[in-house]
Amino acid sequence: MTFEALLFYFFAAVMVAASLAVVTLRNPVHCALSLVLTFFTCACLWLLLRAEFLAIALVLVYVGAVMVLFLFVVMMLDIKTLPGREGFTSYLPAGLVVATVMLAELIGLMGARKLMQGGPVRDAATEQGLSNTEWLGRALFSDYILPFEIAAVILTVAIVAAVALTLRRRPNVRTQDPAQQAATRKQDRLRLVDLPHHDGSKQA
Amino acid sequence: MDQMLSLFNTYTAQFPTIWMAIKIVLLPILPLIIAVAFYTLAERWVIGWMQVRRGPVYIGMGILQPFADTFKLLFKELLIPSKSNLFLFRLAPMLALIPAFSAWAVVPAGEGLVHSDVNAGLLYLLAMTSMGVYGIILAGWASNSKYAFLGAMRAAAQVISYEIAMGFALVGVLIAAGSLNLSEIVRAQSGNLGIGEWFMWPLLPLFVIYLISGVAETNRAPFDVAEGESEIVAGFHVEYSGSAFAIFFLAEYANMILVSFLVPLFFMGGWLSPCPESWGWIGKGGPHWLALKVGIIAFSFLWFRATFPRYRYDQIMRLGWKVFIPITIVWVMVTGVLVYTGALVPNA
Repeated sequence: MTFEALLFYFFAAVMVAASLAVVTLRNPVHCALSLVLTFFTCACLWLLLRAEFLAIALVLVYVGAVMVLFLFVVMMLDIKTLPGREGFTSYLPAGLVVATVMLAELIGLMGARKLMQGGPVRDAATEQGLSNTEWLGRALFSDYILPFEIAAVILTVAIVAAVALTLRRRPNVRTQDPAQQAATRKQDRLRLVDLPHHDGSKQA
Repeated sequence: MDQMLSLFNTYTAQFPTIWMAIKIVLLPILPLIIAVAFYTLAERWVIGWMQVRRGPVYIGMGILQPFADTFKLLFKELLIPSKSNLFLFRLAPMLALIPAFSAWAVVPAGEGLVHSDVNAGLLYLLAMTSMGVYGIILAGWASNSKYAFLGAMRAAAQVISYEIAMGFALVGVLIAAGSLNLSEIVRAQSGNLGIGEWFMWPLLPLFVIYLISGVAETNRAPFDVAEGESEIVAGFHVEYSGSAFAIFFLAEYANMILVSFLVPLFFMGGWLSPCPESWGWIGKGGPHWLALKVGIIAFSFLWFRATFPRYRYDQIMRLGWKVFIPITIVWVMVTGVLVYTGALVPNA
């Protein structure tokens, strides 16, 4: 067994264990952290496949931003432990069906590609002598520029919609204008007054 | 001697992983720890000087002060708060330290002086620095303390907000350099004009924003609401003592030194000389130029701390989201136009 294969089995084992931990652990913070570990090990597996852009993007986006927000929310909700596993058995058949369908689809996809090409899947990046990141960048911004931009517009629409749906303008709310605050000078706030002394004379 | 060398070579060829581990400890980690120790000393001296007092002067005229502090911290008792989450409480300092150290793998110190000359170095750096926040939020949550938790929440929100501005600033660098490899980015800033070729001129707004976001990302003054000692004691690490606290301290300062390296590499020509190449030896690049630039940025970190009052929390958020992100987006477009019209020529 080569070193690479050894690493693959190690990462795969960690990933399966971590994803099992996501659904079985009782403390939601531990579950979220297990999901972080799952993502990270998945990124390691992708690195073994020389898909470095996907691997780093996974760490950057999901581990570095999405899961941090997730943890943020879970911690804010302050659930110490999840209530038992009552729903576990009732959800199990549905979950199994979904898993079986996904497995069948994956095997179908891989089998179809293998039948079409009759050999190991070719890597477009190495064929052109480019690194994975560079090839992806070139492909996305030249051949697939239209789908790429459409995806970007859809995401922007989703963000605007999310803000528009949750933004509630409440009347009579006092807000601050930072520019106005920063422009404040001493004489706007402070007035020096000469007060007469208790015996009526002006202060020295 | 030759025999020994060949023996050494065969040995390292047989155990590349072990040799790599030795190199990693010898090259970035050990000097980094020593640099952090003296950086804390420099900080106390510089701030003392700026506030017209002396700073540490007693232990070895102050020079041995960081070692005294380190040993004091290491010998202190580790207190663990009751009802804290023991596993995460112990894990958090390590999660803060590991990304802070592993980011150094792709940072070049000079031409060819880099552990891992990867193509996607810039992305790797972004990924690693974005993971450092886990140590902070887990420390705050696992401590089972309100102050620590508030500090962790503030830190998480702040780091995520400024990461976006930082990422956009680096997109500008990427467009201008035409590469994600850090050595290539530095080489793209070389040319006949010397200092005039550096990216800090065409990308001036991005340079300023990256520097400020770097200060905010490392939770340093004036963006240190995550620690905010006047409001929440010491923020996320209030319950940590002894060596665990020392690890958080080490991670924070290692991150500061990392940002002090990245700003020169991305915007100030890295190890290139500021003088034109025709000026002889002074126009030749080398690690000494990088060290000088790193020193300037590292000094400015301390300068900021001694000069600016702490930002209010809502102002930090406003600055990140409403000021920095729009400016970076506009300037990324400007950079794109510059490259498209040929005013800036990427090397790839």
